[in-house]
Amino acid sequence: MAEQQILTGEGKPLKQALRKALRREKMRSLLLIAPLLAFVLVAFIAPIGDMLFRSVENNIVADTLPKTTAALRDWDPAEGQLPDEAAYEALYDDLTVAVEKKIHTRLGSRLNYEQAGMSSLFRKAGRTVRNIEPGSPDIKAQLIESDKDWGDLDTWAILKMYSPAYTPGYFLNAVDAEMGPDGIGMKPENERIYLFLFGRTLMLSIIITCSCLVLGYPISYLLSHLPLSRANLLMVLVLLPFWTSLLVRTSAWKVLLQQQGVINDLLVWSGIVDNAGRLVMINNATGTIIAMTHILLPFMILPLYSVMKTISPTYVRAARSLGATSWTAFWRIYFPQSVPGIGAGAVLVFILSIGYYITPELVGGTSGIFISNRIAYHISSSLNWGLAAALGTLLLVVVMFMFVLYDKIVGIDNVKLG
Amino acid sequence: MAIQPYDSPLEKIWHYAFLVICGLIFFFLIFPILVIIPLSFNAEDFFTFTPKMLALDPEGYSFKHYQDFFHNPDWQQALWNSIRIAPAATLLATGFGTLAAIGLARSHVPFRGAIMAILISPMIVPLIISAAGMYFFYSRIGLQGTYWGVVLAHAVLGTPFVIITVTATLVGFDRSLERAAASLGANPVTTFFKVQMPLILPGVISGALFAFITSFDEVVVVLFLGSASQKTLPWQMFTGLREQISPTILAVASILVALSVVLLTFLEFMRRRSERQRGLSPG
Repeated sequence: MAEQQILTGEGKPLKQALRKALRREKMRSLLLIAPLLAFVLVAFIAPIGDMLFRSVENNIVADTLPKTTAALRDWDPAEGQLPDEAAYEALYDDLTVAVEKKIHTRLGSRLNYEQAGMSSLFRKAGRTVRNIEPGSPDIKAQLIESDKDWGDLDTWAILKMYSPAYTPGYFLNAVDAEMGPDGIGMKPENERIYLFLFGRTLMLSIIITCSCLVLGYPISYLLSHLPLSRANLLMVLVLLPFWTSLLVRTSAWKVLLQQQGVINDLLVWSGIVDNAGRLVMINNATGTIIAMTHILLPFMILPLYSVMKTISPTYVRAARSLGATSWTAFWRIYFPQSVPGIGAGAVLVFILSIGYYITPELVGGTSGIFISNRIAYHISSSLNWGLAAALGTLLLVVVMFMFVLYDKIVGIDNVKLG
Repeated sequence: MAIQPYDSPLEKIWHYAFLVICGLIFFFLIFPILVIIPLSFNAEDFFTFTPKMLALDPEGYSFKHYQDFFHNPDWQQALWNSIRIAPAATLLATGFGTLAAIGLARSHVPFRGAIMAILISPMIVPLIISAAGMYFFYSRIGLQGTYWGVVLAHAVLGTPFVIITVTATLVGFDRSLERAAASLGANPVTTFFKVQMPLILPGVISGALFAFITSFDEVVVVLFLGSASQKTLPWQMFTGLREQISPTILAVASILVALSVVLLTFLEFMRRRSERQRGLSPG
């Protein structure tokens, strides 16, 4: 027997009507979200994607030297032979065009990231090409005569290696490795900086997170145990720094920590240090740690406080009534219940701290700067954008991993502000 | 927090020690912000208290750094730019963000988790990465160095805060009020403006304040994305701190501290109003 269908008042099957209503509801929600989603996708996600792409993008060799790239296609540097005359002629043709467009120096500086000396080689080649008559015989000899590097297998190996449109070169650079003629290897000991810088960024972020936890835990504990009116009053002391401009707080620390600053004056005045022995607390890692702990402390206190407020005092009282000392009651009963708050606060502070730029730049000197400062340097000063993008991508991966962790612990819907 | 009758003497000592520790931490939190205010009235171009200031000699104090702020064209231009950029970014962020938060709070949103992650991401991604990406991308589409480029970037950075605060107010929102309005003949638009909006307004205003302060205080993105004609107040402070520390920065900082006190008071007022309306706290 066929199942009896339930019909709505209009005679349609109920299931179908419900499904339709649900679909309409979903569409309405999506319509409300769509403008922002489109806005964020265009104004934020697309730029991030563009940056990620830049970390592997490498059209410059193929674009500047199209004929040479084609001529080198079948050449294998492993055979130990220089490319044939045709490749040199192709290079001559390409360079002639590039010199006219004045783009050969750009290629030189791009390849200089991979092998020192390439920049001057290409500048010189630009001058040489102008002196060689078009169609003159033995271009190979003339080029090699102008600079013996053109007779070096490694120069050509680098050219071939970086002729594909995509390259792992920037990423290798970002982890202090390089792709030389002999394959992938670590850079010489004295040129390695990025792994060290990543390590320091992680290390300082962990120290800052720990000091925020050490300072934030007692405050949150106190606030959550006071009557609400008194807690709200004291909360102002946490919220005021939270709402105060980042640059105001950084300038305050710059003023306080200087050698001629308030703290050193106070120490000299009280006789703890003498005038000659003023402490160096700024333009080093100490400055970064102190200032960033102050700046990020509210981000530790707020989530910790909201978790601690929900812990019922009856458990601790019960433990005490069963004979636990206050320490045992705290450590065995209270503390485990506050761990979710610690997790939420610590991950939040860590995420924020690892990407910091402004404060390390102003109070970090050379020993207190983060990977962000190096990224900024490559974007605005050295103009090695590919490397900046690769470093940024690696940093982003770490942050995304922490973000997923945060989502698991707290849930992004449960982020609270103030 | 009180001493219990069953506490041992050691526990009582610890109790007071704990209060002292907390006092010191509060001092650490608030002292750096308060100390720059008296320093900003320094008559000399120093960053520390002069003997005259410590002796409370009126000659040790002056308004000259404030005068410099109000008369120096560089600072005035920076202030003016901040005032031009922040409200536009706030308006965009609040408009888009409120709509999206209302959408997200409804039941049956497909891909809710993924959408939320995308919308919150501007808050999570390190600013230097956002700045780098926007610098490259906005250069391609001709927005780099323009007023609207900075406004759009700041608006994007502000939206997560609007979403979070508005979502928080919507958690306690009683959906039956909407149905009641509908049953009394109100159309969805009327329901929105007459019923829903007044109730979520405190959240919207807090979100707008967050968006405003995000833009007003933002420096990394504007450094990369702006040109000299978009130099904002934080930008001016940043270059001032990096290149030649001028004491005018302390005057500016003090004004900004005063601004955050006003903001905090207003925000607290909004929070109480919201709790009262939702019946969470008496009076």
